Amino acid sequence: MTPVPISLEVNGERVEAHVLPRLNLADFLREHLKLTGTHVGCEHGVCGACTVRFNGEIARSCLILAVQAQEGSVETIEGLSDSGEIADLQAAFRDRNSLQCGFCTPAMLMVAQDLLKQTPVPDREEIREHLSGNYCRCTGYQAIVDAIETTARLRAERAP
Amino acid sequence: MTRAPENRDAFSVLDRPNSYIGKTVPRPNLDRLMQGRGQYVSDIELPRMAHVVFLRSPHAHARITGIDGAAAKRMPGVIAVVTGQEIAAVITPWVGVLSHLKGLKSAPQSAIAVDRVCWQGEAVAAIIATSRAAAEDAAEHVAVAYEELDAVTDMQTALDPTTSVIHPALGDNLAFERNHDAGTVDAAFAASDEVVEAEFIFGRHTGVTLEPRSVVADWNAAEARLTIYQGTQAPHMVQNIAALHLGLQESQVRVVCKDVGGSFGIKVHIYADEMATYALSKLLRRPVKFVADRVESFNTDIHARDHRCKGKIGVKRDGTITAFEIDDLTGIGPYSMYPRTSAIEANQVVNLVGGPYATKNYRARARVVFQNKNVMCQYRAVGHPIACSVTESLVDLAAMKIGMDPVEIRRRNLIADDAYPCASPSGLRFEQLSHHAALAKLIKMMDYDALRAEQATLRARNIHRGIGIASFIEVTNPSAAFYGVGGAKISSQDGVALRLDAQGAVVCQTSITEQGQGSESLTAQIVGSVLGVSMDRVRVILGDTDNTPYGGGTWASRGAGIGGEAALQATKVLRRNILDVAAAILQSTPGELDIINNSVVNVSDGAPRIELSELARIVYFRPDTLPPGIQAELMATRHFVPREYPFAFTNGVQASWLEVDTDTGFVKLLKHWVVEDCGTIINPQLVDEQIRGGVVQGLGAALFEKCVYDERGQLTNANMADYLVPMSGEMPDIDVGHVVSPTLESELGAKGAGEAGTAGAAAAVTNAVNDALRPFRTIVTEIPLTPQIILTALGRI
Repeated sequence: MTPVPISLEVNGERVEAHVLPRLNLADFLREHLKLTGTHVGCEHGVCGACTVRFNGEIARSCLILAVQAQEGSVETIEGLSDSGEIADLQAAFRDRNSLQCGFCTPAMLMVAQDLLKQTPVPDREEIREHLSGNYCRCTGYQAIVDAIETTARLRAERAP
Repeated sequence: MTRAPENRDAFSVLDRPNSYIGKTVPRPNLDRLMQGRGQYVSDIELPRMAHVVFLRSPHAHARITGIDGAAAKRMPGVIAVVTGQEIAAVITPWVGVLSHLKGLKSAPQSAIAVDRVCWQGEAVAAIIATSRAAAEDAAEHVAVAYEELDAVTDMQTALDPTTSVIHPALGDNLAFERNHDAGTVDAAFAASDEVVEAEFIFGRHTGVTLEPRSVVADWNAAEARLTIYQGTQAPHMVQNIAALHLGLQESQVRVVCKDVGGSFGIKVHIYADEMATYALSKLLRRPVKFVADRVESFNTDIHARDHRCKGKIGVKRDGTITAFEIDDLTGIGPYSMYPRTSAIEANQVVNLVGGPYATKNYRARARVVFQNKNVMCQYRAVGHPIACSVTESLVDLAAMKIGMDPVEIRRRNLIADDAYPCASPSGLRFEQLSHHAALAKLIKMMDYDALRAEQATLRARNIHRGIGIASFIEVTNPSAAFYGVGGAKISSQDGVALRLDAQGAVVCQTSITEQGQGSESLTAQIVGSVLGVSMDRVRVILGDTDNTPYGGGTWASRGAGIGGEAALQATKVLRRNILDVAAAILQSTPGELDIINNSVVNVSDGAPRIELSELARIVYFRPDTLPPGIQAELMATRHFVPREYPFAFTNGVQASWLEVDTDTGFVKLLKHWVVEDCGTIINPQLVDEQIRGGVVQGLGAALFEKCVYDERGQLTNANMADYLVPMSGEMPDIDVGHVVSPTLESELGAKGAGEAGTAGAAAAVTNAVNDALRPFRTIVTEIPLTPQIILTALGRI
């Protein structure tokens, strides 16, 4: 196997690298770029812990090869945190203790932000449905649902 | 909150001004986890770090007749291929027994199998390479020759004379048996108006921590010191065991545990592959990292439950329960786990059945057998879900038989709230429980009568909803009675060391650990409250054997109750020491001074006298200005272990409201309620979230989770797509209420809350399903309650 060159944007920065064709995007982010906020829970596309934003849509980075990200744009939890895009969502998670071990949390925040962009004021059923591809073994989900509901309400109140 | 009777002094160190005790405050460590800046073991990289991958047995039971690693060793990036025989040069085998579990036997287990594999998934060789991928590539080129042996898989036939014995030296496949007989059981059954019997089946399931087990072991040959980075609940236990089996002193082993991606009891044990990783680091003189993949997790993380329990209850027409009897059988895999053993769960079942009830007549037998399946051991709420489900199902069946409401039969039999202290028929000592207060509160929270009316209305429309109630007790704050008395070097005491730094902030080192429960927060809350400083001035350090006092860690619902009390006592000493210095500086007396809001103040008028930062400046930089003979001690350490009661029992009650689709067999959970009593509540939000998370793990066992083995001992659903866990869409909202009966064993009064949710959830669901199925005159007694089981009970398939 020979490494192939790839070029993509990660959290707004241009990244050039040589990767083996079999390397998945999650491992590329974690091992090559040291962006360890993207977590690997199952490596077969079920648990959702490796969710990132790829070309604007949430995606499981363990199911994407790094070479498929050629010329694409990837945003990780580090990017979303540093830009302040989800600061209110993170504050709601903190106030509601919506995480315990925190391993699922970066992906949960990704998925929650995705929902709120599509459906600004979702009901609890819609929130639960949208999170249903992401495992959380600690919280039982209720606190996560609560925090997302609160964020949606606060955003709606702030909206002009 | 309903406060149960107590005889505490009105004044308490916890009721001070600006106290954080009993208040919801956010955990201080959340931001780094939410921003992806946590440090889980899987994130750790060290210079010269190699990666190990284990080649694992495809057979449940086989003799290894040859291992050829030559081709693998020639693969790119491969550093070594190591067999069980080779690794035995640096690490000794172990036997998972404890002396207080009389008769418990097991066989020596090795870090990597030698000559024979005893379950599908046992490691047969380690492949170490410069990357995990390179090691996985090479693993495919290790040739292992096996001669398959008979696999013992069915626990029901494991003791038959015709079944082969897994470890011939042990004589049979019986690992442990316990018999208990209290009161006059036969006479009580004979005097009963009705006797009901049933057999209950509990599926084997596992923890599915979202971060797989991971370890980085770093043997520094020049320092002759091993540093182990591991997501463990018990760092000092790991330190002790690693040293013992690698021929080192404890002082040569440091265990560092930063963020942990879920534990639930899965990460409180010593696993063979982790031991092998420590040994490989020593052998190869470089850091070695092991991160289990998900298939390995399912095949090697401890499994739990897997019980078949026959139960019998006697009842009089007035609802009086006369006796309980059980006969429990469980299969634990080929070895008793090390060092906590695999007999504890069955032992707990014997201890806990009938525990909430007043009857004194109780007989139990529990047998623990070996099998060629993955090892089984303690997982969240050890034994409780089995004991609670058996007890609560029997109580409901008895109520059904005599035509009594399930709440009423409990009212008539739960131990009275004013009967404490007292003991259970199995010898458990209860300091103060509150079953009746809890049940009364639950009934109110759920509006029981209204739900019954709704149920009746819907039944007429062929909609089948059910209500299930389950009272429970929970073992928390274990003393040395759990492990220490049996010879295990697992500390039951915990320690906290505090230091006022040079700017008047507090550095707090505690031996309890954090896996998301909130250990860091509750410690800072206690220290801040008792000392009189704001929480943001308290930095808590945990999870490092070089930098914390010696202690047990966080398991068995002990962190808050034991580690929290150590924090309280250490803070009292530091406070005294600070006030001694302050009195000298201010030419006052310690009794006239207090610390409030980061300042030393007058007790009389509350006027601030000196900020702690100023006091610290004087002590550390201008001690020459202190009066002669004054030596400040701005550091304090205290330890705590419960001595009076072996365990601080808590109690509670849960209710489930659900709907059964009698055409498809699907269960829809509509609502769940819990009232529990964990004594003093340090942070209400954290307690509630522990309860909710625990309930959902119990709901997983009730409805979804099961490790499905075939008759040859092959685990057939070892992946997340086929092994189902609760997801957000299926889970109900859970209401949590409290009764507060503080333990008088500690000044803090806190008991544990981490396992209460898991203890009773499945029992409540099973009872609710049976309540829903009542018109069909059928019952279910097996979990997980899959559609297949429900449709079978309904005679539809």
